[in-house]
Amino acid sequence: MSHLEKPTSADHSEALKNRDTSISDLYQESIRKKIFLFGVLFLFLLVLIVYAIAVGYYDMSLPGIIKTLLGFGDGSGNIVIWNIRMPRIVAAIVTGCALGLSGVAMQSLLRNPLASPFTLGVSHGAAFGAAFSIVFLGAGMTAGSTIRMTGVEGLMLKNVYMVTLCAFLGAMIATAVILLLARLKKMSPESIILAGVAMSSLFTSGTILIQYFASEVEIASVVFWTFGDVTRSSWPEIGLLTMVTFAVIVYFVFVRWDLNAVSAGEDTARSLGLDVDRFRLYGMLLAALAASLATALHGVIAFLGLLAPHIGRRLIGADHRFLIPYSCLIGALLLLLADTAGRLIVGSGTLPVGVLTSFMGAPLFLYLLIRGLKR
Amino acid sequence: MILKVNGLEFTYHERPVLKNIGFELKKGQIMAVLGVNGAGKTTLLKCLNRILRLRMGTVFLDEENVKDMSRNHIAKHFAYVPQKYEEEPLTVFDAILLGRRPYIKWEATSHDLRIVEAILYRLDIEYLALRPTNQLSGGEMQKVIIARALAQEPEVLLLDEPTSNLDLKNQLQVMQLVTKAVREHNMAAIVSMHDINLAFRFVDHFLMLREGRVHLLAPREEVTAQDIEKVYGVKVILGDVDQYKIVIPVNENSEGAL
Repeated sequence: MSHLEKPTSADHSEALKNRDTSISDLYQESIRKKIFLFGVLFLFLLVLIVYAIAVGYYDMSLPGIIKTLLGFGDGSGNIVIWNIRMPRIVAAIVTGCALGLSGVAMQSLLRNPLASPFTLGVSHGAAFGAAFSIVFLGAGMTAGSTIRMTGVEGLMLKNVYMVTLCAFLGAMIATAVILLLARLKKMSPESIILAGVAMSSLFTSGTILIQYFASEVEIASVVFWTFGDVTRSSWPEIGLLTMVTFAVIVYFVFVRWDLNAVSAGEDTARSLGLDVDRFRLYGMLLAALAASLATALHGVIAFLGLLAPHIGRRLIGADHRFLIPYSCLIGALLLLLADTAGRLIVGSGTLPVGVLTSFMGAPLFLYLLIRGLKR
Repeated sequence: MILKVNGLEFTYHERPVLKNIGFELKKGQIMAVLGVNGAGKTTLLKCLNRILRLRMGTVFLDEENVKDMSRNHIAKHFAYVPQKYEEEPLTVFDAILLGRRPYIKWEATSHDLRIVEAILYRLDIEYLALRPTNQLSGGEMQKVIIARALAQEPEVLLLDEPTSNLDLKNQLQVMQLVTKAVREHNMAAIVSMHDINLAFRFVDHFLMLREGRVHLLAPREEVTAQDIEKVYGVKVILGDVDQYKIVIPVNENSEGAL
């Protein structure tokens, strides 16, 4: 039906001809602005990365950093950058990406602006699963082989796949409960979050209970789970997280139009040709997967998955074609910023980044509640 | 194009909502679905494009059974305008572009953008193009939602009480827009409505639902005061003002009336 293409009244097409720019042009200009802003934020992330590499106990000069990154560094420079700072930086970036992505997907799929892995209890479920596998299934921790500055940071997972799997299963329990409640009861967004609160405290209690069965080394790590920390993983683990996160990003980029459709309402999405129930199930599974792996490796990082999409919406609106990459990038930026700040505030470098994201996220959460969830 | 509905039934939690609904609609025709709250108007619309799963009965679009069509395929033939919408704030342009979802493979093409642009002009809302939808008035938003439905290039337009939340001027504008779109695109439209006077003014065919059944399926001229009384439980008289047929509820001293 190409008849839609020609405007009805003659003066309209005339008006269109006489104007310098058509609506499509204006629209495409607004799109270019969003891409440009993304580039600016990305540059900012790059600067932050270089800064995060440079600062710390062992001060490094910019030429020194560049040399080391290119593979011509000296011994101590190599160790500081490749074994200490870079893993932490990359871990922060990928974890931030995973949580921001998971948050934006959950908010859209559940049509709930308060949704995120943290507020729905998905992160806590993952932490519980990870702790369970470490203490009971022998996936536990050993003193790390890599050179680290402090004892606790030197812990490494013996069996990262087992921990990941159990974290995913724990996250799945929480996700399944949320999905069931959302589907069966048609609960309000606030009620869903209350269910999330109930589950987080249940899982947290479970995690604490597990500590009674754990050895000292295990306890040290499990305790850290209550507040996320990006210093605990080494390259192979970070590599796994990166691959999974990337795969999930690719999926959600593919279905960006479907996320827009779901955000417009269930009936609308169905009439636009989307199988809403199936999409919601798959989407929530994958969102939970990304969040659970990030949590398995780095603990419960509060509110980041809530924060990143909302900042994204403020910047460029709710179009998921842009909101997905923006949420990933903002999540990465925020977590690296928080981690670097935490590193500088507390000299020893052990202030868990989850504490700082809590300070950023809790006020936003309260603000969203007070504003009354208006879309 | 012809839409044929036969023996349609729908049960919600064991409670029958629609019973043996059947009708035909040709292109260029508009049908109003009337009935009291809970009579099954919304359910009927949602059954036609399978937003709700059809249990019994058939819906045929020409020779095609809607039951056998893929969702995406249905979305290219039926567009639905819901009664309530709580959307995330996209720009108006993006909100309408979403109507192209059934056609978009990877990204919107310039063809998609041109269609959206044409619709913006056609509905006289081009000045809203880059405004976020949460800054629109009720009337503007209703037009945007209808514009999205038109962007689907459907053959059948399903509108669920499109005028219920609008002021008088916007009610007229929206109904004019719908009748014009149906005429120009050679579509068919099914509109559930509460305002009988508005229905008399704009719509040629009436489907009146009473307790989930078809009470009356007739052209506008054949609707009588008795039908309206039966369906709504309110005594009315039908009058003519200028060329318009109007319905006036009359006072009666019984409980059931006004």
